[in-house]
This record gives sequence, structure tokens and C-alpha cells, in this order.
Amino acid sequence: MNETVGKPIDRVDGKLKVTGGATYSAEFNIKNMVHGVAVTSEITKGRIQNINTGIAEKSPGVVGVMTYKNSMQLHSPQTSSPGAGKFAEKDLLPLQNDRVFYDGQIIAVVMAETLEQAEHAATLVKVNYQREEPVFDLEKNIEKAYEAASASTGAETQTKRGNATESLKTASQKIEQTYTTPVYHHNAMEPHATIALWQGETVLLYDATQSVAGTQGLMSSMLGVPKEKVRVVSYYLGGGFGSKGFSWPNTVLAAMAAKLVSRPVKLVLTRQQQFTTAGRRSQTIQKISLGADQSGKLSAIKHASTVESSFVDEFVETAGVATSMIYSSQNVEVSHKLVRLNKVTPCPMRAPGEAPGTYALEVAMDELAYQSKIDPLQLRLINYADQEEQKKKKFSSKYLKECYQKGAEMIGWSKRNPQPGSMKEGKYLVGYGMATATYPANRSASSAKATLFADGHAEILCATQDIGTGTYTIMTQTAADAFGLPIEKVTVKLGDSEFPKGANSGGSQVTASVGPAIRAASMGAVSKLVKLAIGDGKSPLHGQKEADITAQNGRLSLKTKPDQGEDYTQILVRQGLQKIEAQAATKVSTRQQTEANPAAGGSEEQIEEESKSNPVVQEDEKTDRKPYVFHSFGVQFVKVLVDPDLGMVHVDKAVAVMDVGTIMNLKTAKSQIMGGMIFGIGMALLEETNYDPNRGRPVTKDLANYLVPVHADMPDIEVEFINKPDMLISPIGARGVGEIGITGITAAINNAIYHATGKRVRELPVTPDKLL
Amino acid sequence: MEPFKLVRAQNNASAIAASNSKETKFIAGGTNIIDLMKLYVEKPKQLVDVTSLNLKQIETQPDGSVKIGALVKNSDLAYHPVIKQKYPFLSEALLSGASAQLRNMASVGGNLLQRTRCYYFYDTAFPCNKREPGSGCPAISGYNRIHAVLGTSDKCIATSPSDMCVPMAALGAMIQVEGPAGSRKIPFADFHRLPGDTPQIDTNLKQGELITAVILPSLPFAAKSHYLKVRDRASYEFALTSAAVALDISNGKINNSRIALGGVGTKPWRSFAAEKVLNGAAANTQTYRAAAEAAMAGAKPHKYNAFKVELAKRTIVRALETVGGMV
Ligand SMILES: Cc1cc2nc3c(=O)[nH]c(=O)nc-3n(C[C@H](O)[C@H](O)[C@H](O)COP(=O)(O)OP(=O)(O)OC[C@H]3O[C@@H](n4cnc5c(N)ncnc54)[C@H](O)[C@@H]3O)c2cc1C
Ligand code: SF4
Repeated sequence: MNETVGKPIDRVDGKLKVTGGATYSAEFNIKNMVHGVAVTSEITKGRIQNINTGIAEKSPGVVGVMTYKNSMQLHSPQTSSPGAGKFAEKDLLPLQNDRVFYDGQIIAVVMAETLEQAEHAATLVKVNYQREEPVFDLEKNIEKAYEAASASTGAETQTKRGNATESLKTASQKIEQTYTTPVYHHNAMEPHATIALWQGETVLLYDATQSVAGTQGLMSSMLGVPKEKVRVVSYYLGGGFGSKGFSWPNTVLAAMAAKLVSRPVKLVLTRQQQFTTAGRRSQTIQKISLGADQSGKLSAIKHASTVESSFVDEFVETAGVATSMIYSSQNVEVSHKLVRLNKVTPCPMRAPGEAPGTYALEVAMDELAYQSKIDPLQLRLINYADQEEQKKKKFSSKYLKECYQKGAEMIGWSKRNPQPGSMKEGKYLVGYGMATATYPANRSASSAKATLFADGHAEILCATQDIGTGTYTIMTQTAADAFGLPIEKVTVKLGDSEFPKGANSGGSQVTASVGPAIRAASMGAVSKLVKLAIGDGKSPLHGQKEADITAQNGRLSLKTKPDQGEDYTQILVRQGLQKIEAQAATKVSTRQQTEANPAAGGSEEQIEEESKSNPVVQEDEKTDRKPYVFHSFGVQFVKVLVDPDLGMVHVDKAVAVMDVGTIMNLKTAKSQIMGGMIFGIGMALLEETNYDPNRGRPVTKDLANYLVPVHADMPDIEVEFINKPDMLISPIGARGVGEIGITGITAAINNAIYHATGKRVRELPVTPDKLL
Repeated sequence: MEPFKLVRAQNNASAIAASNSKETKFIAGGTNIIDLMKLYVEKPKQLVDVTSLNLKQIETQPDGSVKIGALVKNSDLAYHPVIKQKYPFLSEALLSGASAQLRNMASVGGNLLQRTRCYYFYDTAFPCNKREPGSGCPAISGYNRIHAVLGTSDKCIATSPSDMCVPMAALGAMIQVEGPAGSRKIPFADFHRLPGDTPQIDTNLKQGELITAVILPSLPFAAKSHYLKVRDRASYEFALTSAAVALDISNGKINNSRIALGGVGTKPWRSFAAEKVLNGAAANTQTYRAAAEAAMAGAKPHKYNAFKVELAKRTIVRALETVGGMV
């Protein structure tokens, strides 16, 4: 049935996007709409003594200024996960009181007829503060670190097996090093943006969110409005990378402001504001201890991370999360500590935990390899984990050895001279490095509706969203194959909370979660059609068995006698039906958290009822997943050129081989991995948010100073996939590809720099000054 | 931005006449002034658009010098055959700056007057002596990785950001201006000012003075010149350090030289001290290193930019070696 799945077809929304036809959340022109501009605090901690809005209110075009004094009172959020709706800072609901917890916190919103008028009036809001002593430096406050309880991503923060401390004492090879990563900001192209429109007691929110369903639930509880009266729409997203997974103040503020001025309000955060009010990745200080015997077998692994939290919520960057399962070892200890700081709360950012964590661990592995005089790739094979040793479960499917082998061939690993500083091209030192990539394969509950129309086209509805990754495209392929239709005949509609609830776009889970639901719903619709034909005396398939009938190219026919059959449209027209529809909900979840996608009320119950008689759903849910853990793996190899005098590093070639289950679309999958790798180049060499050391306010907060890779920094990138279906995770066999691409790459680059220069830089990013 | 009035000038005289108050500024490509206005760093009440003025020619003068109109676009200048042939380092410097889109908008006059990229200058939530005289300089004790190590004062350590200006400083170009009191020529070295106690004043241009042209002297050995820019990413970033060098070498001996630095000074930094070391010396790495040492002799690093001292020296040596190798 896989007619289109796997093929590198172009994005179905590609033309719309390049011609400006794709409407993003801030781009709806709504009659009577006013523009909101946020005013942010200019102290790091304290209270607002006096906020004078008089001059701003009199400024031309201004229709209102909202502060804690006149804003509506919010209710505490009742949910706390991205799937169900998570407000990013539970103890700092916007504009509820006079307290300031960090520099750049939103303290007012000015509404005016034009954006320029609102921007100008925002500068006229005058504030006096009562200052308090802030803390904002992780290193200087390390003694305040406390043990992290649990992570909102569901990951465990403290794990232990055996006794790593004891075992390290007797290890013949030992590495003990500290690795650090700075604060990062997501910097999606599209800013955080919301348009809020009230119609009576009903609110419509066009919102840049990675979770329309979660945002609906969250806004319902915060605004105190029944869920049916909140609609959240996010048709297209210009990237999120985790920053739009939790809800940041723009969404609820737009709703509050629209209520206050009784007009639709558009609120878009500026690039600079996103550096203080829309999350970030925490700085990490990671201490890694590795112990090994002479043969390189790991006897002990310790990974102790200290990361940042805030005073208004808690988020753990679980840097050690992969360490307990990535290699085989009897003694492993992973711990996380947090320090509360007066900075915006960190939140998930592309591969939260794994991105900084695989950097530290995989550089430490490289250090062990050189110290033990073992080839770095060989060291990984020596410590290959055949099963998940922490949970003592089997991997659902794992082809990491194949990845290693293929990647090594592609980069020409065997031709490298392992001696650091030994390889040259002209005036450049040449280095090769590698690292393992890994990311969990997540799946959570999802539902979808599939409709086949009498004109022969089909439509899918699902309240998940395409955050720029290609979800529209691969879901069109999935539905087309399940329906037995060419892709031109299938329209997938996403990004509207009115649709059956789909997974939130986080944890690389959408494909694995939504795909099976869309497939089941589509096949459910086809099954209904088949039953119609069988029961229809005028059908050539009258009286046949369902199992003997196949659906292909818009036509039902007997498997053994393809000539005997008829088109879908013929059946529907003859029956006088305009359409036939089916809904399906799959409850399978590989995630630990239970709240991620709780069964929703109302119409969802009906979908679940219908799903009980859908054999595709039943088959899927019957699979015994308890003995398994679900992870993707891969390898990153890079070649770098280093100018030894000037410290400039250029990644010359990067190769990734990934085992991520079925590839739904070769083109979008490659793009995702490539995007992750480029993100990783940024992390290795460029990205860093710097704060003023005296005040804790970010200073590098625009795209001129927060450096992400430009084309000239990008190497020749090759991506290959193992493409073996993982039939245990779901009947479509696909695991996600969104995040694994950034894991391992940073370490591979770092290791290549060491190979080129003999210099080990343990503080990211590796900028020229660190190589002088 | 602060509301403002826009006036379109049709000729030099009307532009100058319109720019008769402190609250008036010229606008050319707008790639710097508009950004600064959006951030409330610049708050002119009136902008005088000079883009219609007839200042767009590049002409070789009878004495061999080259006169560049103030409105010549950065990209047109960079690709002009005369510039590529006679002053390759100027072409390289221009092309190493900003992005293709920006270079297509940016003018020579605007580039000369572009303001520092100091983070604190750009954020009105911080004090800044350059933006608000007397308010203080948070960069000195703050995050100062991109800041200057030469020509700083206890009031301001902001780096002069322009790439184009570095080879122009090396060449000793002349800046031709027209103002209410007539026209005058300002030697490049006297155009930009050190911060001293008045970091708010970047240049010696007076209110109402319009830059009409830059004149590059005829300097035949500049045909062998190079601009080297070191930065974190490969493109679209200001220099951490840069060097514009030209060498006149015969028989292994340096007869004459020009050297100016970017990324390290509070103004485009011509190093006469380095030129002195080079002139008359043997063209080898030892000489280049000695010149680099001389260039950076008075450097005053701060906490986060200390690396620039050594990096600048290496940048100079590499640039000199590159030109030395051309001969
Ligand atoms: C993202 C970004 C990256 C950049 N990267 C670099 C880089 O790597 N290297 C680099 O060198 N530059 C870089 N630039 C700066 C760029 O070179 C300048 O913005 C540009 O040269 C300014 O020229 P303009 O014509 O747009 O000036 P405008 O913005 O129009 O004007 C700038 C100033 O010059 C004044 N002015 C303009 N023309 C005249 C005149 N004829 N007489 C008197 N006064 C005049 C204006 O009043 C104003 O004060 C970058 C800019 C941006 C936005
Ligand atoms: S270095 Fe100069 S521009 Fe920067 S903050 Fe200090 S005074 Fe302002």
C-alpha cells in the first residue's frame, strides 16, 4: 500500500509558503483590530512602585494601556504539560501584580490603531521601581543548587545502577572533566504572535503555538471560559524548536487585551523581547566521570549536571537523560541539580537534555578513546548497549551498528591518521570527529477524522500542527496510501482546536502519534465504503468478503480479479451519499507522563467509541509494548578545517546516518536531520546568549549578535537512513526525526577540532579566541 | 520610532539648508539610521533624504586619484573595475561587510558615519555615554567581547564597526564635505574622533555638513593589498579583528607600506608605528611580527576582549604574509 509514503515528494504547502499564500498567526487581517506592544521591565528584581500610563494613553491612536492595575484576573492553570496545555511560568501569570522577577519581564501592553503608534506609546509608559537584590549568575550561585525532582518532559532526573563512585576508584582508565554550554535562545524565524478576537463569551486565538489543543485547554482554564468557547488556530508555524511548546505571555495577554478594549488585538513579541519573555535553553555545567578497563569497557559513568531554573517555575534541562542507556555499563549515576535565578524560566529547546548532554558525554568518550589509544568508533562498539540497561528492557528496534559502519564509510574514517594535529590541507589543519546521536521515540494519544467525498477527494482533520517540518506533506502521503488515493486527491487540515485532538508538536512525536490515527481513520472510512459496496446489489462487489477487496487508486476491486470492481465515487453517487466519514483515536503512549494527552471530553468520547470497532486501532493497541523501550539512534561524522593561527573553524563535511524507523518522506526527513545538524554547528561554534554580568539582562539579543550559522558556515551535508520500520511503535513504523539531528553533532565537531589541533575546548561555543 | 518629518532634497544646497538643526539628519541607504530610530537610539525630528542628489559617480582624476561620490552604493564600489585593480583591499573590505542586500542599499557616506555596534548603545534600558552623555558606560565593567582595545577612554570603549573605513584609513583618503560655510576637505585621520570625554561625538563633521565624496589618493603599490577579516562566523558578522595592508616590496625589501586595523580601535585605526617598522625592513615573517607588536603596543584589553590583542597581531601577520607572497 506504500504508494507515496517514503517518496521524496515536494511539500504540499511549499508553493503557498514561497508565494506568501500561507497565512501565519500574525498575518490575519481582522476588521477593527488594534495592535498591541508589550512594555518590559528594566530592572532584574523588585516591585513596580508606580506605573504612569497617562502620557501613553494620550498619545495618538492609543486605545488602551493594560497593566496589573486594570487587567483581568486570571485563574491558575489547571494543566501542566504541553499536550494538555502548560503555561510556561505558573507563578508569574502576566500582569497580575507588581512583582518583577527578571529583567525584560512584560509589565504592560499598549494598544493602538497602528503598530507604530503602539510602539511609540509603549516608550511613554513611565515606571518607578523598588529594587531588590537579584541573583542571575549560575556559576556564582552554584552553592544554592538543589536536587531536581522531576522534569516536565517526563524524563527522570536522578538515576542510578550499581556503584559508579566505588568503581571509578579502581578503574584503570579514567576521565573526569567538566563541560559547559551557555544559554541558547530558539530564535525561530517567526516570532511569538497572537491575534485574539472575542465574540460574546467565545474567544478565537490565532496563535503561534506547537499545541493548538493544549493552548485551548490552557486558555480555557486561565481565562475561566469553557473549553468549547475557546478556539485556537495555528495553520502555519515559522518554527518553534520548543519555544512555542509551553505557552508564553503573548497568548493570554492578547486575549486579556482584546477583552479590555473590546476589539481584536494582535500582539507580536519583538526579537529582543523573545530573549527575555519566551524561554531559552538553560546554561549547563556538566561533570562527567568515565571509568574503563584496559580494553575500553566502561566500568563506570557519572554525569552530574547543574542547570538553571527560575523563581516562578521549574524546568530541568535533563542533560544526563541519555547517559543511563546509551552505553553498556554496570555502574551508572546520573544526577541533576538546579539553581534558581532571576531570569526567564528555561523551557524545552530542540532535543532538551540530549543536545547539551550528548555533547558532554560524547566529548568525554572521545577523551577516553584518545587516552586509552582506542579508535573512538571502536570504543563505542566495545560499549554497545544491546538492551536498555537502566530499565532492563529491549529496544523496540536498534540498528546503530549499521549506522556506525555506513557513516564511517561515507566520511572515509579509515583513512584518517588518528594522531592529533597530523593532517593538513594547505594552511589548514584537518580533523575528523564522530559521536553517537540518540533521541527517544515518543508517541502519544491522537485522534483524527477522515472524510471521503462523492467527488472522489478525501479530507483529514486533526488538531495537531505543522511547525514547518513537513507534517502536512507526510500526513497527506499517509492518508493517500491508507485511502488508496493519489496525493492530489487528499487534503490534510491541521492546526485548529476544533478538529479531533492530535498530539502536540514536541518530543519529535507527531509523526509517530498522529500518523497511526490518520491511517486508522482513513482505513475506517474505506472499510465503511467497502461494506456499502458489499451490501449494494448493483455493485460488482456485491456479496464479496471485505478481506478479499483492495482499495487502490480510488477504486475498490477484488484482490484476485482486479477487473471486478468500481470507483469510490460510483458507490457514493449510487448510494446518494455526499460523503462517508470515520474517526479514530489511538491511545498508545510511549511517554512516561500520564497527563501528556489525557482523554478529552465531549466529541472525543464519541471518537473513542467509534474506534472500538475499528480493527486498525484495535490491532495497534493490542501490541504488547511493555517489554520495550523506544529510542532512535544514529551517528554523526564530521571533517573540519582549522586555521591554526587565526582560530577559525570551518566544518567542511558532515555526515549523518540515522535509524529512525520508516522514512515517511525522504526529502522532508533529510531536511529535518540537516536542520538539526546546522543547529548543532551553531551550538558548537557560534551560539551563545550573553548577559550583562552586572545586571543579568541579555546583551546579545538580536540576530546580528546572537550568531546562528549562515550559508557560508554550512558544509557539504550528507544524510542517510537505515529505513527499517519499527513495527512495535506503530503500524506505520516511523519514529520522529525532528530532534535527533542536533544530538551528537556538537560533540563530533568538538572531537574533530581536537583531532585537528590537539586542543580540547570544554566550553561551548568554540570561538576563535579559544583556539589561539 | 519617534514621529518625524521626511524631506526629499533635490540638490546639495537644499539638503544642506534643510539640515539646519540638531534634530535633523540625512538619510541615504537607511540601513543604519532606521535601525537606530526603531530602537530609539536616534530620535531625529526630521530626515532629509539625499538619495536623489547627483553624488553617484566614481571618477579617476587627472592626478590619478579616484573620486567616489558619497551616494555610490557599497556593492557598486566593491565591483568597480578601477577599485578592484587599484585598491583591491577596499573591494575586499566592502564585500566582507554586511550582506548582499545591505550592500546594495548602503552608501559610502552612510558607511563612513555608521555608528558603533556596542550592545549597550543599542539598548536604551542601559545607560551609555555615547547615547546619553554622562549616564555611564556599562560596557567597561560589562560584557565587552566586541569592544575596542585601542583608543579607548574611561568614558567609552566602543569599536568603530566599518570595514570600508579600514582600507580608506590605510590609504589616507580625503573626505570632501559641503556645508553652510562652504566646502572643505577632511583628511581621513581627522574625520573620526577618539571617544575621550565626548564619546557622543563620532566625527568632526559639523551640523548641516553633507559628505559629497571620498577621494582616494593615487598609491600605485596599493594594487598589491589585502583586507583580512577575522570573525566567529564565515559571513554576515562584524570583525573581531581585521587588517588592511598594502606593501611595496622590491628585492625582498619593503620600500613602503600601509596598514590599518579594524575591530580593535575606537576609530578606523591606521598604524603609523607598524608602518615605521615595515618601511625599509626585510619582507619576512619576523618583520611582520615586529610590525604587529608595534601596532598593538598600547592596547588596553578588558575582561572579555583580551584575546583581541593577540588575534589582531596574528591577523596583521597573516595579511602581510599574504601581500608579501603576491610579489
Ligand atoms: C545586519 C547588518 C550587518 C552589517 N554588517 C556590516 C559589516 O560587517 N561591516 C560593515 O562595515 N558594515 C556593516 N553593516 C553596516 C552598513 O555598512 C551600514 O549600515 C551602511 O554602510 C550605512 O549606509 P547607509 O547609506 O544605509 O546609511 P544611513 O543609514 O542612511 O545613514 C547612516 C548615517 O550617515 C548619515 N549620512 C548618510 N549619508 C550622508 C552624507 N552623504 N553626508 C552626511 N551624512 C550622511 C546619516 O545621517 C546617518 O547618520 C551592517 C549593517 C547591518 C544592518
Ligand atoms: S562603550 Fe561607548 S557605546 Fe558602549 S556603552 Fe560604553 S559609552 Fe556606550
